[in-house]
Amino acid sequence: MFNLFSNKHNAEDLPASSLLRGDTKFAAGKIAIYQYVAVGIFLFLVSGFWNLQVQNSEGYSEAAERNRIKSLPLLAPRGKILDRDGRVIVDNHSTFSLILSRENLKPEHLQAIADGLHLNYDDLVVRLRRFANRPAYAPIIIKEELTAGELAFVESHRDPETFPEMELIHAQRRLYPKDSFAAHLIGYVGEVSENELNTAEFVKYDQGDVVGKQGIERQYNDILMGVDGQRQVVVDNHGKERNLIGIKEAVPGKSLKLTIDLDLQAVAELAMEGRRGAVVALDPRTGEVLAMVSRPAYDPNRFAGRIRTADWQEILKNPDKPMLDRVIQAQLAPGSTFKPLMALAALETGTVDENFTVRCNGGASFYGRYFRCWQKGGHGTVNLRKAIMQSCDVYFYTVGNKMGIDNIAKFAEMAGLGEKTGIDLPHEAEGVVPSTKWKIRNFRQKWYAGETISVSIGQGALTVTPLQLARAIGGIATGGVWQRPHLLLDPSHGDSGNRGAVNLDNIVKVIDGMYAVVNEGGGTGMRARIPGLDVCGKTGTAQLASNDLLKGTAAGRVMKDNAWFVGFAPRQTPEIVVVALFEGGEHGNLAAPIVADVIKSYFDKRLRTSPQQLLTQLPMFGPLNTGRTPAPPRTPEAFITKIPMAAGAQSQEEE
Amino acid sequence: MTGYRSIRDLDWPLLLVALSISALGVLQIYSATHETIWKDAWWKQIIWIAAGLLLMWVVTNIDYHTLLGQVYLMYGLSIVTLIAVFLIGTKVFGSRRWIPVGGGFRLQVSEFVKLVIILLVARFMTELKRDDLDWRDLLKIGGLVGLPMLLVMKQPDLGTALTYLPVLAVGILLAGLRWQYLAVLGVVLALTLPVGWHFLQDYQKARLTTFIDPAKDPRGQGYQVIQSKIAVGAGGMWGKGVTRGTQTQLQFLPVPHTDFIFSAFSEEHGFVGVVVVLGLYFLLLMQIVQNAQTAPDRAGMYICMGVCTLLLFHVLVNVGMVVGRMPVTGIPLPLMSAGGSHILSVFLMLGLVNNVRLRRFVN
Repeated sequence: MFNLFSNKHNAEDLPASSLLRGDTKFAAGKIAIYQYVAVGIFLFLVSGFWNLQVQNSEGYSEAAERNRIKSLPLLAPRGKILDRDGRVIVDNHSTFSLILSRENLKPEHLQAIADGLHLNYDDLVVRLRRFANRPAYAPIIIKEELTAGELAFVESHRDPETFPEMELIHAQRRLYPKDSFAAHLIGYVGEVSENELNTAEFVKYDQGDVVGKQGIERQYNDILMGVDGQRQVVVDNHGKERNLIGIKEAVPGKSLKLTIDLDLQAVAELAMEGRRGAVVALDPRTGEVLAMVSRPAYDPNRFAGRIRTADWQEILKNPDKPMLDRVIQAQLAPGSTFKPLMALAALETGTVDENFTVRCNGGASFYGRYFRCWQKGGHGTVNLRKAIMQSCDVYFYTVGNKMGIDNIAKFAEMAGLGEKTGIDLPHEAEGVVPSTKWKIRNFRQKWYAGETISVSIGQGALTVTPLQLARAIGGIATGGVWQRPHLLLDPSHGDSGNRGAVNLDNIVKVIDGMYAVVNEGGGTGMRARIPGLDVCGKTGTAQLASNDLLKGTAAGRVMKDNAWFVGFAPRQTPEIVVVALFEGGEHGNLAAPIVADVIKSYFDKRLRTSPQQLLTQLPMFGPLNTGRTPAPPRTPEAFITKIPMAAGAQSQEEE
Repeated sequence: MTGYRSIRDLDWPLLLVALSISALGVLQIYSATHETIWKDAWWKQIIWIAAGLLLMWVVTNIDYHTLLGQVYLMYGLSIVTLIAVFLIGTKVFGSRRWIPVGGGFRLQVSEFVKLVIILLVARFMTELKRDDLDWRDLLKIGGLVGLPMLLVMKQPDLGTALTYLPVLAVGILLAGLRWQYLAVLGVVLALTLPVGWHFLQDYQKARLTTFIDPAKDPRGQGYQVIQSKIAVGAGGMWGKGVTRGTQTQLQFLPVPHTDFIFSAFSEEHGFVGVVVVLGLYFLLLMQIVQNAQTAPDRAGMYICMGVCTLLLFHVLVNVGMVVGRMPVTGIPLPLMSAGGSHILSVFLMLGLVNNVRLRRFVN
């Protein structure tokens, strides 16, 4: 055997200390082994390349592509929301959003990133977990509307050595009007939630999509939303873009033109400032909603990004329920505003005629129970016109008792009460029109005739939404055509009304009473009077305590009566019907000026825009008669949030 | 003594292979840097190669026996210069390896010390009085090689320091060593390794742990290995073509013209290119071994084998690193990596080999 470690075979000749020792063959065997080792080393290296370049080339090619190609979402701006004249109500503004690419995300970076962006670390972790089942290359937005400081943080830390997972994208963020202007009507957008994704309405969206959550934003989300695009770019090691591979442009959402009139909306908003309640103005001829206000309101701008949980809790716990859109969701007893409908029903059913009189002594007994009139001293002898004008309860008790609940229900339903109006807004409430059938269906009980008495004056189980009331009265005003209220301005919008077979003569008689309410001495709605304009209307003061359905919910709170007023004008050819609900307003009298403000500004504007047509009708208008210290004059534009001039992010430093 | 020398007698196959590799290196340096701040590196490399050839010719013409006679003087000079590096050296990337030589140039002393180590080992082994090494010899040569190694490690430059070891090892093995000694050496080495761990710099430790599991640190040390493997793998069978490698061109690959040049080459030339170049290296080394086998004396044989082993070690560690089979040490790939000192040093080594070759005709 060859001995690797010693050279016994030439042990004899050892010329000491000679650089010229010639026995070079002594290591021949070892050199041969050395050559084999070298071959082994080269095979070892080649096998490494074989493994990477031939066996697993595909995987590494993909990795190289992922390295160099970055897909960045191009967020489609939502369509603008415009008023009927094309004025902007809701706009977008440019901001930067931060997206986190999870391909090279290091969990230990999250704390620092959260700190730099003023995010809650736990929220961020929860958010990432929610996206766990989306593919890793799909980036997720973790912060919207970066401030200048946060932008600086991102720009200085997104290099490959620090936090390469951060990526900035340009985003158009919703800009809602100030001071909760038209908040409920517009609604707001937000990121689609886990629960929503499981519902039919939202199933077509993806995790992370920003969709309309309420109001118009939700109703017409498909029109407003647009389609996001994508940009594929080649990036280098520093995340710097080298060139563009492909681009799929975002398709912006379409703008929506609403039936809302910014001027009217502004007047209604101002009138309701600091109050609880709702105002809605319709064009009864078409069903177009000219203004709708619900108070208290929330600031939709707080929802436009990701709302903090604490803020959301605060809103939900508010006893005044700012999230409730009172125009379509408050189901309240209409009180005396129901009386014109009662009068019409009585005439139509032939229960009474306009000359039928009732003696009011401040109350009357029915079925062994005494029902009071609101006027303690009584109204004396009351006919239909006077009963409407002075809102005599005893008269309507008597008429209602004669007519019976099912006749009342029939006409209430004809006017659209007890069912959704079909307005293009989500979550509309139906209200309740009690009837014998209703009683049996819901309570398995017989209707007691005594219950009819309360319903006759708009109390009892009867509940309506302000919108339903506006539609019902508007229908009477236009001679028995109840148009479906709607918000999307569409000139081709066809007649969608319920045409009741109503005798116009009877309608004229009811309207005559409503004219007297506003314009004649002793009328309950004198404060809605506008000199030179034939305003008709009806007050209503609805007790909450007498309303069995509301007793439970309102328990423990000071329950003041709700004030209602419904008015329309002009008497002959009504163009606008307005309902004001002033919760806790005590008397309909107080709601009347709100209605008058809106009606007056409607005709003021008509006078400005087409003076010829109106000059004869409307000689002169005085100042608004809200009965409150007039607010500093504000144009509707004052509510509309202006797009910041510089980069959106910079003007929003405060936090 | 001069009659036997002629240009015709140079090892032309060796030179041809070496120049082929160098040319591919220049091409790759150009491809990897033409859009970067190092875009001048390719023509600088050509100048270094030319200078290397010149130095090679000079070294070829000084009889290696003369060189061996002066080896202790050279050794002393090396130690002095290595110490001088600490005092006047230029610090780059946190390590002091270079001394300025004027004209904006600087030289990496440790590269040239390699030559001294090769000559030192050759002389020491040739002068052995007995057939195999005893403890005294081992300690002596170990100390002689260990001192410059320690100085280079302190720069700190573990990679280059380690390249001195295989030269020593191959010298010892060729000279002969009792197997008992070898066993004891093995045990001692095994025992000192954990102790030595504590003397490593943090980044050196990181390199070793990352070598074992690159995914653990995908953005730090592991990043280089992962990106290098991606580049190599993405090259596939035929490569992406010159200046077409995305990993190289978009700078995902760290230092694609120096330490990771073979990674860049693999991406752009594929497995076929890799086999060709590794084949060239193999030819180069075997040609050197052939020169060792035909050397006129033991000293010449030791010199050739020292050169060969040093180059083999460089190829193994550098190319192994590129495919993730060796830890990241930052030693250049001979003849290909951009860099003046290492190119000069390799051509000087080839000069030594030719030197030995030319002297064989006397005997």
